[in-house]
Amino acid sequence: MTEKNTPLWEVFIRARNGLSHKHVGSLHAVDAEMAMQAARDVYTRRGEGQSVWVVRSSDIVASDPTEKETMFEPTGSKIYRHPTFYDIPEDVGHM
Amino acid sequence: MYSQGLIGADGSTHEDAAFLEAFQKRVDAELKIEPNDPMPAGYRKTLVRQIAQHAHSEIVGMLPEGNWITRAPTLRRKAALLAKVQDEGGHGLYLYSAAETLGVSREELVDQLLSGKAKYSSIFNYPAITWADIGTIGWLVDGAAIMNQIPLCRCSFGPYARAMIRVCKEESFHQRQGYEIMLTLCKGSEEQKAMAQDALDRWWWPSLMMFGPHDADSTHSDQSMAWKIKRFTNDELRQKFIDATVPQAEFLGLTMPDPDLKWNEQKGGYDHGEIDWDEFWRVVKGDGICNRDRMKARRKAHDDNAWVREAALAYAEKTAARETAVAAE
Ligand SMILES: [Fe+2]
Ligand SMILES: [Fe+2]
Repeated sequence: MTEKNTPLWEVFIRARNGLSHKHVGSLHAVDAEMAMQAARDVYTRRGEGQSVWVVRSSDIVASDPTEKETMFEPTGSKIYRHPTFYDIPEDVGHM
Repeated sequence: MYSQGLIGADGSTHEDAAFLEAFQKRVDAELKIEPNDPMPAGYRKTLVRQIAQHAHSEIVGMLPEGNWITRAPTLRRKAALLAKVQDEGGHGLYLYSAAETLGVSREELVDQLLSGKAKYSSIFNYPAITWADIGTIGWLVDGAAIMNQIPLCRCSFGPYARAMIRVCKEESFHQRQGYEIMLTLCKGSEEQKAMAQDALDRWWWPSLMMFGPHDADSTHSDQSMAWKIKRFTNDELRQKFIDATVPQAEFLGLTMPDPDLKWNEQKGGYDHGEIDWDEFWRVVKGDGICNRDRMKARRKAHDDNAWVREAALAYAEKTAARETAVAAE
């Protein structure tokens, strides 16, 4: 028997309108149709979702964990991107 | 499953002291460890083993109850049992996915179960003989599972903790439906109540064994505690379970099959009789009542369904090839 590994899919669910799709887990399926059916059975047995996305894991491009520093560190020093950086007299009121 | 998943787990690791210290610092600060983060080899190995055994337990755990779906006494009970068994299948799948993030494939994991290389919880090697067993399994076995799984929601490894949060949300219905079955039997005829007592007599001790060996005999447990894979020791969790369960048995009017069980005012918990550890190790090592049956059933299911996997894959490949051909035109 020549068994190939069944591809991995990532599952995203929108719990209700107004919320974005959120990653809930993964599963194995040979094609999109079966991935969608499995996602419904595995991840929405109690009305957890209004909408489901399934994406082949191999199609996801992820940031390199070893380059975390170069990737995210530069924003650490840019404190002027935050509202608290600016001094506004209290008399002005809420801004 | 759970604490039993650590039996024989070897957390030994060979990284240098600075690496281990930095890792321990992150764990101590309650920062979650994610799959791509640097981690000691022993941490990865321990987790793969524990999560995989937990997953196998969910899957094998479908067998004793699945056996009763067609014989449930009412449609209400049947629907509930069907939903519960389906949940257990889901739990197995969440857990396999969590283990796979550590670099092991689903095929390898399934293979380890079917070849007998990996273990699953000893509890599922006991038979479900009467309908009262289904009530007792929900009440005690899922009850013990919940006791074990709640602290695992805070496990240092992110994917395992997240899977446990989903699982715990679903488990409470399992325990409640089991206890409700027991309540109904205990309010029924003399025979029904006797059936409930008989099931409790058979399942009580094996349920206590679900928490694994005594702390003194539990090797590698300290390392798992330090890495915050585990938050409580086997004996601590077992004690919590006993203290929570004894009053529930009293409410049912049933008697725990342990003459030494009595309230200890000083420790604020129950003292209990000696657990038969010979029986425990016999079952863990493959000599329980149902070990052979369970493995046979799993292997048969895998073999009988091989054609489905093959056909689905062939269909997917054919469809993909046709789409490529159309796109090329
Ligand atoms: Fe479960
Ligand atoms: Fe359960």
